[in-house]
Amino acid sequence: MLRHQICRIQNLGALTTLQNGKAVSTRAYSGSALPPGTPPPQTRTTFGGLADQDRVFTNLYGRHDWRLKGALQRGDWYKTKEIITKGPEWIINEIKTSGLRGRGGAGFPSGLKWSFMNKPADGRPKYLVVNADEGEPGTCKDREIMRHDPHKLVEGCLIAGSAMGARSAYIYIRGEFYNEASNMQMAIAEAYQAGLLGKNACGSGYDFDIFVHRGAGAYICGEETALIESIEGKQGKPRLKPPFPADAGLFGCPTTVANVETVAVAPTICRRGGNWFASFGRTRNSGTKLFNISGHVNNPCTVEEEMSIPLKELIERHAGGVTGGWDNLLGVIPGGSSTPVIPKHVCDDVIMDFDGLVAAQTSLGTAAIIVMDKSADIIKAIARLSAFYKHESCGQCTPCREGIGWMNKIMQRFVTGNAQPNEIDMILEISKQIEGHTICALGDGAAWPVQGLIRHFRPEIEARMKKYAQQAV
Amino acid sequence: MIRAPLTKALSLGSSTSPIHKIAAAAFRTTAVTAQIPAKAPEKIEVFVDDIPVHVEPGTTILQAAAVAGVEIPRFCYHERLAVAGNCRMCLVEIEKSPKLAAACAMPVMKGWRIKTNSEKTRQAREGVMEFLLMNHPLDCPICDQGGECDLQDQAMAFGSDRSRFTDINHSGKRAVEDKDIGPLVKTIMTRCIHCTRCIRFASEIAGVDDLGTTGRGNDMQIGTYVEKLFLSEMSGNVIDLCPVGALTNKPFSFAARPWETRKISSIDVLDAVGSNIIVSTRTNEVLRILPRENEEINEEWLADKSRFACDGLKRQRLVAPMVRIKGELTPVEWEGALIEVGQKVRAANGAVAGVAGSLADVESMVALKDLLNRVGSEAVCTEQSFPSEGSGADLRSNYLFNRNIQSLETADVALLIGTNPRYEAPLINTRLRKAYVHNELEVASIGPKIDLSYRHNNLGDDSNLITQICNGTHPFAAKLKEAKNPAIIVGSDLLARPDGAGILANLQNFAKGFKSTSALNVLQRNASQAGALDIGYQAGVEEAIKSKPKVLFLLNADEAKVTRDQLPKDCYIVYVGHHGDEGAQIADAVLPGVAYTEKTATYVNTEGRAQQTLAAVSPPGLARDDWKIFRAISEIVGAPLPYDSLEEIRDRLDDIAPHLIRHGHLEANSFQTVAPQLSAAPSISSGKVSVQQLSLKDYFMTDPISRASPTMAKCIQAAKKEGEKKAASASC
Repeated sequence: MLRHQICRIQNLGALTTLQNGKAVSTRAYSGSALPPGTPPPQTRTTFGGLADQDRVFTNLYGRHDWRLKGALQRGDWYKTKEIITKGPEWIINEIKTSGLRGRGGAGFPSGLKWSFMNKPADGRPKYLVVNADEGEPGTCKDREIMRHDPHKLVEGCLIAGSAMGARSAYIYIRGEFYNEASNMQMAIAEAYQAGLLGKNACGSGYDFDIFVHRGAGAYICGEETALIESIEGKQGKPRLKPPFPADAGLFGCPTTVANVETVAVAPTICRRGGNWFASFGRTRNSGTKLFNISGHVNNPCTVEEEMSIPLKELIERHAGGVTGGWDNLLGVIPGGSSTPVIPKHVCDDVIMDFDGLVAAQTSLGTAAIIVMDKSADIIKAIARLSAFYKHESCGQCTPCREGIGWMNKIMQRFVTGNAQPNEIDMILEISKQIEGHTICALGDGAAWPVQGLIRHFRPEIEARMKKYAQQAV
Repeated sequence: MIRAPLTKALSLGSSTSPIHKIAAAAFRTTAVTAQIPAKAPEKIEVFVDDIPVHVEPGTTILQAAAVAGVEIPRFCYHERLAVAGNCRMCLVEIEKSPKLAAACAMPVMKGWRIKTNSEKTRQAREGVMEFLLMNHPLDCPICDQGGECDLQDQAMAFGSDRSRFTDINHSGKRAVEDKDIGPLVKTIMTRCIHCTRCIRFASEIAGVDDLGTTGRGNDMQIGTYVEKLFLSEMSGNVIDLCPVGALTNKPFSFAARPWETRKISSIDVLDAVGSNIIVSTRTNEVLRILPRENEEINEEWLADKSRFACDGLKRQRLVAPMVRIKGELTPVEWEGALIEVGQKVRAANGAVAGVAGSLADVESMVALKDLLNRVGSEAVCTEQSFPSEGSGADLRSNYLFNRNIQSLETADVALLIGTNPRYEAPLINTRLRKAYVHNELEVASIGPKIDLSYRHNNLGDDSNLITQICNGTHPFAAKLKEAKNPAIIVGSDLLARPDGAGILANLQNFAKGFKSTSALNVLQRNASQAGALDIGYQAGVEEAIKSKPKVLFLLNADEAKVTRDQLPKDCYIVYVGHHGDEGAQIADAVLPGVAYTEKTATYVNTEGRAQQTLAAVSPPGLARDDWKIFRAISEIVGAPLPYDSLEEIRDRLDDIAPHLIRHGHLEANSFQTVAPQLSAAPSISSGKVSVQQLSLKDYFMTDPISRASPTMAKCIQAAKKEGEKKAASASC
């Protein structure tokens, strides 16, 4: 397949002009009167079918060398020094122009988030923390980056770190990712040896270190403050906010926690320009994105696609379609386990981006698409997720600790039908009692799948109860 | 603030590292919600239930609501502990904010309209309440917390009146194994609501990181992980902190309901701090002792000995007057005993002496002194020694803790000499720890290596170090001199040494050059000492022995400082006190006095603050108020004392020293600067600086009451066992 071929960097011309010290205005897309950091207006109306030359992750499938040599061939580490010497403001403006939103699930605008770090210095060091604790069930995008394209992330750390004025980056890799952590460590070592990291990184005069920290397999450590606690050597329990990590994060210092994918696309955005990245997807949802398609599809895969691609097109083009055909589709969990399920009639024309899925009362999350055909027991599937969240709750705050366990108990009875119809409303109310009342978002993530199930599959639950009652008689 | 101890821990390795200092500072300002704003910033206006209040920036919603007089329910929040924000009971709605905010942690912003009673807020509370009760056992009828249980109270106020727990028919509630964390705190962990107050208390206030959580989600448990005892001199406070019945008072278990008890405000006399307490009694029996809030002394904590030694009040008591007949102490009527003692005093012809021990109150000491003065004797002294050379005990500032306890929080450099405040005065040690955690207090000590619950620099135990400090050759001397708020704390036992006067004089001369005038503090160990010196007792028993008395009064003197062989053969010893301890053993006549829970009496704490105990129960048997005993003897001797009631003897105290009847008031000392001029020729002999209470096992029994307490005996056993276990694992 063509998409695996190495593509050349298109926007070298732009970078050359930038090197000469000219401003952003030499760009093809940029308007004249807009302040820097404004994304260009979107002109397209249909999305999808990303061209190979527009892919960021060109070794997603590990067909090529993941080491430094291969990475250099793919264009990584190209003119990194020049990008850094452009300065933090330029990098952040470029990220802002690109319209990049955090790829970890919440979708916070990255340029804005990074700019929070550029406050007057108070003597404390600043840190970049990369969240590679990819624990969301269904999600497997960061591991592909780390094992097959680790240099993208290493370079991303340097560029993002320099944009924030961070002195070092911590990459927190989940404990199960042994090989991924090895490859990352190897890539970091190569970068140090090549002078790309450490003192005077890439010859830019900027000192930057990267440390790898391996987790111990707790889902909650993917929450940014729990992750910080974990790096500090404490139990992974989320902190109260405020203070936000940008004020007091790792070791009490200003910290930004960013997802692997967010950081890894930053160098390419800087090289090819924010406008290039912004040309994909709808406004406010721009860019390319790694989608993980799993479940009842003919060809489960991880694929880089344009944002705002219709779900149906995504599944049919890349995953070989739903098993038994599109009409055999029951429902899709579009963004990892914490997002509400959507039934087939919504899937027919939903658009895979932040706003499109919010309109469908669900969320893009990590863009991990779990497809279920009509052979799936949707109640059992969601009950399994409830069990997962019960198991992964840190137990710190009351609604999550007690509520999810309760919800799980009821859900397990729903699977067999051993429940009363009025308990459906009760569990919905319990989920509302958890949602928004907890310290971190795990409570929300546990409540949403259940809410999604009841929203769209209430008749199935009721039918099962009826059946159980009949059997009992 | 919960993370502040970590910052501290991080900065331990290199406490001078500016980065860590700044990091720690940042923590404090952001996470403590800036209790001390840098520059008095403008107050901001917020509205709590439409009540406008002006608060300082950084105030939390909960504090702002308190200003407005609105109570927000809470479980995990405690104003003296770091904010955890995990119970979620204090969620409130803020207008125009989509999410509810945890009132305990969220700083207010200008113009916020906080709704503590809106539909959304009430629903959230009801939800949290339901979740908390979900796995909480319904064993209120057999729970010792019943009647003072936060969960019970708040369930009544904020809970729902319907149950939706259909699931308990299917799988039951969570059950958690109880932990054995020592002889003082009983655990019923199934009742735990995971507020983590106990954990935060242990790590922040007590400085013992023994408690923590294990497991996660619904399986989370509070405990010690490996089975061990929660051994701290402050452990009892977790009982008060626990909002439910998970941690309860072990000796008090199943004894009484709180609403059945009478509660009398009193003060504690088992150390010289003078902690404020509440004595809970029922059927003329002291059931338990609780701390009473006093910001200037004990905040709201109480040390374990003061809290749990109360069962010693029921044992080993002297309940009838006794006179030695044929070598045996035999119970007699009061009349016979008093006449016998009176005749002896009259026959002694002025050769009478008195010694006051650690539990003696000011009234009885005054009565004893007045009695002895009337029969022509001046030999009244205390068991605890204090140097008499130079200005000696003539200047109050010489023997008091001049820098008051509360202001220790602001200290920046402290030097402890020959004292272990952790066990001699646990609540002073918690203040030092507070300063260490929140004010970067730097502590050094001269004496044996001890665990103070915070990191300190042990300079060694050589007496010469004191000389080096005083003449400025020791590097730490410069730190003290440059400090804004230095504190030197000297143990009273150190000053009881023969060269005590020299040590005191040297230190006084040294402290002259400090930026703070009340830097030099003497830490007394006895509740009676400051009061005794205030009313003119001589310190140390030497004077009494030297006077070769024919009659010797021992008033609560149980330290065995006076022995038979130091006295003339025919000396008649009269013991006045409440416990059959060392003093009663050598006495020829025993006159039963009363303990501190049975009398209304004045005590002066180590700061010089007079406070009074209130009689909570009536004395056992024939025991009588100590001062009344001396009053009765004076009648028989023929030199009646001029007071017949408590008011009259208080008038007498007023004549002697007016501060003694100004209870709770702290009189300022003004003679610190004069003292060095009057001091004797300073010389410090070489040798080792020692302290009496080195480890926890030395803490529990220090006076007749705690020596009679079975609970304290169990504590010592537990501390010893734990010590052996630690030693064994260290040798492995």
